[in-house]
Amino acid sequence: MSPLRLTLKDRPPQRVDLSPLTGGLKASLAQIGATPLPSGNRVIRLDELFAVSGTPGSDLELEGDLSTFDGIGAGLGEGRVTVRGTVGARLGAGMLGGTIEVEGDAGRYAGTGMRGGRIRIAGNAGDFLAAALPGDHQGMQGGVMLVQGNATDRAGDRMRRGMLLIEGNAGDYCASRMVAGTIAVLGSVGRDAGLAMRRGTLLLRRPPNRLLPTFNDCGVYPLAILTLLARSWRGYPGKFGAFPETGLRVRRLVGDLANDGRGEILLPV
Amino acid sequence: MILNGVTIDDEFAEAFGMKATRILITAHNLPWAYQAAHTATGFATSVIACGCEAAVERELTPAETPDGRPGVSILLFATSGKELAKQIERRIGQCVLTSPTSAAYAGVRDGEPVALGKNLRFFGDGFQASKLIDGRRFWRIPVMDGEFLIEETTGIVPGVGGGNFLVLGESQPQVLAACEAAIAAMRQVPNVIMPFPGGIVRSGSKVGSRYKALSASTNDAYCPTIRGVTATQLTPEIGAVMEVVIDGLTADDIATAMRSGIRAVVDAGRAGGIHRVTAGNYGGKLGKFHFRLREIMAR
Repeated sequence: MSPLRLTLKDRPPQRVDLSPLTGGLKASLAQIGATPLPSGNRVIRLDELFAVSGTPGSDLELEGDLSTFDGIGAGLGEGRVTVRGTVGARLGAGMLGGTIEVEGDAGRYAGTGMRGGRIRIAGNAGDFLAAALPGDHQGMQGGVMLVQGNATDRAGDRMRRGMLLIEGNAGDYCASRMVAGTIAVLGSVGRDAGLAMRRGTLLLRRPPNRLLPTFNDCGVYPLAILTLLARSWRGYPGKFGAFPETGLRVRRLVGDLANDGRGEILLPV
Repeated sequence: MILNGVTIDDEFAEAFGMKATRILITAHNLPWAYQAAHTATGFATSVIACGCEAAVERELTPAETPDGRPGVSILLFATSGKELAKQIERRIGQCVLTSPTSAAYAGVRDGEPVALGKNLRFFGDGFQASKLIDGRRFWRIPVMDGEFLIEETTGIVPGVGGGNFLVLGESQPQVLAACEAAIAAMRQVPNVIMPFPGGIVRSGSKVGSRYKALSASTNDAYCPTIRGVTATQLTPEIGAVMEVVIDGLTADDIATAMRSGIRAVVDAGRAGGIHRVTAGNYGGKLGKFHFRLREIMAR
């Protein structure tokens, strides 16, 4: 059975909110085609923008440059969304389960408010990855977000739970205002990582150029929890799947002491 | 039934439903994993006065443990889930948390979850931190040698306690040697423990006593030194009797363990001074599980 396939045929001048699509994946092709998509001050039928084919169900494939299409996979509960191209903002916002795979880049706020499931972005992610939307108290609240390229600024801002794994570099203020959860960055991070971080873990594989003075050095240890994390990443594509299970020693910096101060930045030794 | 000169009595072991859990204990090396496990399962021979019955189940390779270190698994059995939960917390808190380099993880995921590190985490006095990995929550409690890592909960499942068999032979050394061989064989069977010292009991008991305050007393019918003054079950050539008690996660596990244990006793045979194997029961009315020796050995 071939998955439901949407191929982009026309890109409107304004951004399009694709989040209404997630709830109706099991409807008939005609109903899916008639899904109203907000775009600026207009509402456009889905089949005006996409060629719809395949079989409705829990699997969806999207094709085309969707960099102005926001909310892809928002609220997803099960199944699999595959995007052959680049996506706009709020990818997988508030998703509860299932899998989203993006073969290109993702815009801002990817994974915001997600509570479960797994997102993989093969390319780069924009600002506020897994972060809280303005007005929200919490960003990502569960699940796994794997970015195989780079992330720009404020990755993990106000993240509450779950795992944010970045194979490339992260921009400034990574893990800012982080409430809890785990962020791992295999590349470099920009300035002021962990700013106002309350709890949680920021695991780095390269020491940052500049560290906040409100993190205190607690020494170098082979923490057993790193083995549990590495084993949970087994089977992931890319570098995290090959993360060393044992023999890793890290420098533990605890902070941000200006804001609760129970978070940690783990640095390679 | 006579096997290698050893009479297998037409008797059955009577066992009871219990609540059980498995906990995986790891450490820097295997001796320290054993140290923590033996300490946690010490004074846990019988639910009568210990609160639970517990022992080491088996060794774990680094590949089998969550943190990639050497470890051992222990099984704990109690008469109720509430009592078991109390025993888990006390024993892990006093014996594993305190043991150098240790960590403790749930060895049973299904069943009713009860606190493993859920309350012990408060030992961290606010410096404890948790990690949720694949739906399982772990607590990192700062201790003087680093971090004590412990899973939040472990699962409680139904178990069976009180499988047993008695080995009757000519002398104490001969019966001990046969029982040691039985225990060595039974330790290869998963999901069971033999909770008494070294897996062997020498003080089998009967229900009741001539003293009102006691509910159980020595099993005089199997005590060789008083066989002339009691309603003995021993023939003149029997000089010593020892018992093996087995707790298991299922009745099948106990039957498998009993079979491999009795087989080892039979291997010692009449030439090794062993004459009979029998089993303890209460007439069959108290325990839900009956293990008939001849049926087990005929399988």
